[in-house]
Amino acid sequence: MSDLRELYQQVILDHSKKPRNFHKLDGAHRTAEGHNPLCGDQVTLYVQVEDDVIRRIGFQGSGCAISKASASMMTDSVKGKTTAEAQGLFERFHDLLTGKGGPGDPGDLGKLAVFSGVREFPVRVKCATLAWHTLRAALEGKGEPISTE
Amino acid sequence: MITVGGRVSPSVREERLTAFEVERLRKDFPVLGQPVRGKPLVYFDNAATSQKPQAVIDAVHHFLSSYYSNVHRGVHQLSERATEAYEHARETVRRFLNAAAAREIIFVRGTTEAINLVASSYGRTHAGAGDEIVISAMEHHSNIVPWQMVCQATGAVLRVVPMNDAGELLLDEYEKLLTPRTRLVAFTHVSNALGTINPVGDMVRLARRRGIPVLIDGAQAAPHLAVDVRQLDCDFYAFSGHKVFGPTGIGILYGRGDLLDAMPPYQGGGDMIKSVTFEKTMYNDLPYKFEAGTPHITGAIGLGAALDYVTGVGLDRIAAYEHELLEYATKACAAIPGLRIIGTGKEKTCVLSFVLEGIHAHDVGTVLDHEGVAIRAGHHCAMPVMQRFGVPATARASLAFYNTREEIDSLVGAIHKAIEILG
Repeated sequence: MSDLRELYQQVILDHSKKPRNFHKLDGAHRTAEGHNPLCGDQVTLYVQVEDDVIRRIGFQGSGCAISKASASMMTDSVKGKTTAEAQGLFERFHDLLTGKGGPGDPGDLGKLAVFSGVREFPVRVKCATLAWHTLRAALEGKGEPISTE
Repeated sequence: MITVGGRVSPSVREERLTAFEVERLRKDFPVLGQPVRGKPLVYFDNAATSQKPQAVIDAVHHFLSSYYSNVHRGVHQLSERATEAYEHARETVRRFLNAAAAREIIFVRGTTEAINLVASSYGRTHAGAGDEIVISAMEHHSNIVPWQMVCQATGAVLRVVPMNDAGELLLDEYEKLLTPRTRLVAFTHVSNALGTINPVGDMVRLARRRGIPVLIDGAQAAPHLAVDVRQLDCDFYAFSGHKVFGPTGIGILYGRGDLLDAMPPYQGGGDMIKSVTFEKTMYNDLPYKFEAGTPHITGAIGLGAALDYVTGVGLDRIAAYEHELLEYATKACAAIPGLRIIGTGKEKTCVLSFVLEGIHAHDVGTVLDHEGVAIRAGHHCAMPVMQRFGVPATARASLAFYNTREEIDSLVGAIHKAIEILG
């Protein structure tokens, strides 16, 4: 039970029920779609980048609590960052989820550290990273929908 | 009640399995006895795959450890024994389906391969531009995509029988879709996502009356209902070994002999030929014409043992017991606030597909797993069914004859826990 509570932390449940930046972005420079065929999670991401900085970002879609909360918190955390900073954040976030970063210092991940519980649920890593993979696709301008499979 | 190796002594048989008997039969399945995450395992993912009785494990072990060899070519004793066991398994399948002849029983990898075989060999040679192939709105992807591929290759058109809000096919609409352009009808006996048992007898009759051949996807029926292909009067019937307590990688295509005789081979290779020269190859007779390459001998022997086991328990008795489980589970789940059952047809196998208000099926699955309850969450390889009911995914509890009311109580308790944590 304890690691279930660790997975479904209050912050995550809160973001999944009241996702931030949950809207379409008119005039977005870049959009990308991601889906997780295993469970049907689906996300569409809208990003506006100016001078290599993510100025505005929004998403739409449906999915489990983990994927929705992750998309919500991702949009919050990359706003105002350069594209390189956002990519670096994804790498550290990914390391946190897969345990590569070690249990130690999630330090500069800030609020994203609440996802550390996902480590104990390997099948849910895809849920937590779907929005991030989709962000990468949007930033790299890949036209193809992203799949976690 | 006396049970011997899964067989219940005929003198004391009742019309349905009793709870007492089920407790005895559960001991035949080694996997069921173990704890998961510190809780007794409640295995409710039988529509995905079923657990294996010791009789199957033993049959596979015995083949691999005492007479393993190739079939149909050896002059030596082991090969003779392997061939005999392989063909004996085919005869067991023939009996299980009540087919007229063993030559109508083709060993394939599973239901998916069986349908692909018919789509490739029969579909592509009989469908042309403007012709129609009829399937239903509740098909598994494996009974949709092969036909789409036929349509793409031939210019034929796919027609889909709609269903009502309970998840039952609309027979009037079905009949309207049967036209002089219909080249084949393919539908599932039992829906994997909803549990609906289709009125296959009526559906076959309506098509056959018009001279249209019928394929039935029996993957979800074979473990739960007695199937008689001659009574059904269908042309093709497919099922998978692993869902009927046998090994993975083995399945069956039943086909009417005259149709199979007229069909071109699906794959070329060893075992499916009589003679080969660079100028001309003579194909083998049925069933070998459709069994290119060394077959899954181990799987076939395991499947034979599984069918012997399940026949020993008795499919009619299994169906009656599972129906009681379904009624119990439906009542218990319907009482949970915010729970909506997807698939409420009058005729169902023991499948409970459901959604919880405001909670995604995948999250439900994770919490249930923590309670030792194994279910499937997702679209169940039936995305059009999810679209029909306007849900991205469902949680699905699918039961088998070795499941119990106590386990349903555990499921209900676990669902309440999911609501407590995620609601």
